[in-house]
Amino acid sequence: MFNSRLSYWIWIAGLLLAIAFGVEAYAQQWQRGLAVTGMTDQVLWGLYIGNFVFLVGLAASAVVLVIPAYWLQWDEVRQTTLLGECMAIVAVSMSLLFVFVDLGQPVRIWHALPFLGRLNFPVSILAWDMVILTLYLLLNVGLVVYLLWGRYTGQPRLVRRYFFWIVVATLLGIGIHTVTAFMLSGLPARPFWHSALMAPRFIASAFASGAAVLFLMFWVLEKTMGLQRSGQVISLLTGIMTLALLIHLFLLGAEWFVLLYRPTDHGESGRILYWGHSALKLAVWSAIAAEVMVAIVLIIRPLRHHFGVVWVASLLIVGAVLIEKGMGLIVPGFQPTPLGEYVNYLPTTVEIRVTVGIWAFGLLFFTLLARLVVKRREPSQ
Amino acid sequence: MSDHSTSRRKLLQGLGLAATALLADPVQALSEAEGPLDDALQTLLQNHYQRMSKEEVLQALARIERRALREHGVTLQCRDTPPIPGVTFAFALNLSKCKGGRQCVAACVGENNGNRDGTTENIRVLAMPHGERDLAKGDHYYHPQTTPQPGTWYLPIQCQQCEDPPCVQACPVEATWREADGIVVIDYDWCIGCRYCAVACPYWARRFNWKKPELPSEKITTETHYLGNRPRSAGVMEKCTFCIQRTRKALFPACQEACPTGARIFGNLLDPEGEIRYILENKTIFRLKEELSTQPKFWYFTDV
Repeated sequence: MFNSRLSYWIWIAGLLLAIAFGVEAYAQQWQRGLAVTGMTDQVLWGLYIGNFVFLVGLAASAVVLVIPAYWLQWDEVRQTTLLGECMAIVAVSMSLLFVFVDLGQPVRIWHALPFLGRLNFPVSILAWDMVILTLYLLLNVGLVVYLLWGRYTGQPRLVRRYFFWIVVATLLGIGIHTVTAFMLSGLPARPFWHSALMAPRFIASAFASGAAVLFLMFWVLEKTMGLQRSGQVISLLTGIMTLALLIHLFLLGAEWFVLLYRPTDHGESGRILYWGHSALKLAVWSAIAAEVMVAIVLIIRPLRHHFGVVWVASLLIVGAVLIEKGMGLIVPGFQPTPLGEYVNYLPTTVEIRVTVGIWAFGLLFFTLLARLVVKRREPSQ
Repeated sequence: MSDHSTSRRKLLQGLGLAATALLADPVQALSEAEGPLDDALQTLLQNHYQRMSKEEVLQALARIERRALREHGVTLQCRDTPPIPGVTFAFALNLSKCKGGRQCVAACVGENNGNRDGTTENIRVLAMPHGERDLAKGDHYYHPQTTPQPGTWYLPIQCQQCEDPPCVQACPVEATWREADGIVVIDYDWCIGCRYCAVACPYWARRFNWKKPELPSEKITTETHYLGNRPRSAGVMEKCTFCIQRTRKALFPACQEACPTGARIFGNLLDPEGEIRYILENKTIFRLKEELSTQPKFWYFTDV
């Protein structure tokens, strides 16, 4: 467990406080409308949807554990898949919350329910996203409950009994992030996103950041709840992080070539973002610099096997992908507008507080799930 | 059992009283028959416009009228005038005649009960430098008093009422659709406010109500349509509806009437003798972003 009960309760109290601040900010937004955010008719989505995209990627990245565990049958990794699925549950819940707080009429969310509402399925890609995210959430909850119940009743769950659902969950995992990419790349109105590279770029950066988050998560659980460190898991995550980051940078380079070789409207948003007067310029350049640096460090074998180096690298990857795939991807899609207008966007205090609140909720949710899932280390060992 | 029949009798009595009151003094009854809380709840649980029965639509219209009376002290008429059979509305805009005075913009805001804070104009006029048609070169915020400027031409842009609208495809809850007369409309009571339609629109033709619109009571247009210019609430999308409340009653849209130079031509695309068809057959025309296969029903043309 935590080093002391006191530090555990301080952690919980801190999270509850952050949630309360977020709820209070959301109450303001509820009363006064989305006008309290920095969004405008020009920049229609901002911090909320940026976080949504990042978190869908995080949820999808649970498959980096599931595939080796069940398809390659790496036993040590299989011990951790339950935690990976818990991370997916938390990430999907958070992503749905980010969509919810972005709605102008949240009480009408029932309009998206099948039969009772009027879901525009299969035409609207946003409807697809809602459906597939819900399915992924339900399936992961089902799997975790099934496995945990087996553990508590002392009945071992045979892999062949639920392997089919693992396959479905893996496909849905890739599916949620692909659909989220299609939600943006399916819009000719937004040339910055209208690229077939969007889905592969999403998957690559999701695997890189997901492996990094899992690495940090296992480290935290080792320090606080006595989770046993597994060399196999660490080298798997480090390898995936490195490879996915390299693929991500290659795809980014390919995108840059098209952006820059001939100036078209596809490139205009990129020019504003990287060389223009975008408020995000410093942030995206820092993110790209961090990614390149980390990629160079991680391809050097001795460094890749150094725990401290990978620890720092993981932090940098998570931060970089959050910037690049969050606001760094969403906001430039609106700059310029389809009528060539340029309007800057910066989130307001309300948006930042709601965002922090949802992250605090996610951390709290995960803490509680981890307490259920992590087996205490036997004192004798 | 007896409790049930008693309460039912009471309910019927109540309904009877309400009906009598309605006959005696309709305006009075309308304002008092239903409280604001009842109305709000009814609107919340209201079905999609296309799924409502005739009675349910009438009740919804009455709620809209009561709300205007309560919030603005204004008696307005909200209707759901259906499309005219055999009519598909279309616009043609003569760029040689447009002088950039933006009287269409003001008329549109006035007619459509638009937000008076200046952020919710459904028509955007771009001042373009001569020799350019790159929208990024346009000035969105030129000073209207000084038009026309030398070396400048003016490009008004509003909803193009696409035959294949990306916004309709995008909406996750079918809150926006294309009517039989070709007008793309929104059910303001069904929209969840996700703004994906506006993200999908290549013409930047949709506006979001980030807050409750500023609408001075004395400036309210009282002839309204459910799918058109009725007052909107916060958190929903809105757009140009070719003034559906006017055009379905064979009136011209406000922007067309307001234009002092006669640059705006509005009519029935299906009428072979109509003005629109004459322009399409005799003038050199173009449509905005035709390459996106949205098939706008909004053409631009010039005199020469």
